[in-house]
Amino acid sequence: MIDIVLLTLLVVIAIAIIRMKDLFAAVMLAGIYGLLSASFFVAMDAVDVAFTEAAVGAGISTLLMLVVITMTGSKEKPTRHKPFSALFVVIITGGLLIYGTLDMPYFGSADAPIHNHTSPRYIKDSMQEIGIPNIVTSVLASYRAFDTFGEVVVIFTAGIGVLTLLSVARSKENDDKIEAINDSMHQQHLVIRIISKMLIPFIFLFALYVQFHGDFGPGGGFQAGVIFASAIILYTMLFGLSTARKVINQTFVQIIAALGVLLYGSVGIVSLMNGGNFLDYNVLSSNPITGQHLGILLIEWGVGCTVASVMVVIFFNFAGRRAFQQHKKKLQDKESSAC
Amino acid sequence: MDIVITICSGFLLLVGSFLCISGGIGLLRFPDFYTRMHAVGVTDTLGAGMILVGLMILSTDLLVFAKLVMVLLLTLLIGPTTSHVLAKAAFHNGLLPKDSNNLSQAKEKENTSSIL
Repeated sequence: MIDIVLLTLLVVIAIAIIRMKDLFAAVMLAGIYGLLSASFFVAMDAVDVAFTEAAVGAGISTLLMLVVITMTGSKEKPTRHKPFSALFVVIITGGLLIYGTLDMPYFGSADAPIHNHTSPRYIKDSMQEIGIPNIVTSVLASYRAFDTFGEVVVIFTAGIGVLTLLSVARSKENDDKIEAINDSMHQQHLVIRIISKMLIPFIFLFALYVQFHGDFGPGGGFQAGVIFASAIILYTMLFGLSTARKVINQTFVQIIAALGVLLYGSVGIVSLMNGGNFLDYNVLSSNPITGQHLGILLIEWGVGCTVASVMVVIFFNFAGRRAFQQHKKKLQDKESSAC
Repeated sequence: MDIVITICSGFLLLVGSFLCISGGIGLLRFPDFYTRMHAVGVTDTLGAGMILVGLMILSTDLLVFAKLVMVLLLTLLIGPTTSHVLAKAAFHNGLLPKDSNNLSQAKEKENTSSIL
């Protein structure tokens, strides 16, 4: 019943996003879409995914899109032509994709290959082999450690891409001006600033809990990293970019992002040196179970570091580009008024 | 003792649910943004808070009780703050309450009459 309600709402919101001309409303709806998907994942008992979706889909990505909208304007360009050829291509591609899924086992069917040998193995043996109660974490961090390594590298690459495209060399002098504006805004946002100051330590604490409790309950490096980053982003939004940059050194954050990937890879190298396969944690310690625990703890830590710092770097660069643009516009206005 | 606990928690749960439902109706039926937000604020803070307190009285486990206290503190902090921020943003962007039109007109009349 709740599945049907949630799915219907998802479809309605998706159609509303397509029909919406106002981009601001579309972004807000996208945030609601993320939140609904998160509740849908909770209803399907995939709490680990729901965590990430709630933080990224409803929180950080919405914010990034909002920052972009303040730079580009919030109205959709009117389309002059009817894109029938594009519709044709989309329909054919969609039809082919659906045709491709016909070979796959029916959704939820019990005799699909994955339910015959992979899943039972994880469910039955992971407790003896890995020794941690959360099967999701043992699959993600130990059985499929190499895939997860790939994911972390993808996130790291995304961070590098944003840095390459958007990073702005900032000048020292306009920092003081921004600070003056910040001081004048201090009266304006008093309530929300005080409340968020009270809440941010608890968000950090919760992120650390999710990080280190990932072996026993829902959570892990990805979730913890995103929650950690969202606390820092909340601070940046309320206290201004230059203040946040004083608190959190961006160069340091970039180094942390690289160190996370390095830590993950080094665990693999160490297990190679000790005579096992790449990312085979059994050889990390004399007792295989202890080795598994140690390996999972270390690589989750690496994942958390990389995810959190890449998120912070992406947000800093988006917001920095916006501040740069506004500063430039102000200068232009001054010049034109002087003329 | 048991019956007192049951009656207390039942009463709190009922009032909380009533407030939540009335908040939902208010969201649909109230005339303008601010009154609607007021209705939602009631749902967020008082309705949810009363339901949580009712559940707290019922809970026998200390861990459950502690978790409920944390959720209550969180809603008490966040609910009013979000309402405040929303209202402030709306007012800042020039959205006036619906009846303030008459108000401002009345003020203008006063001003003009005083000038005259």
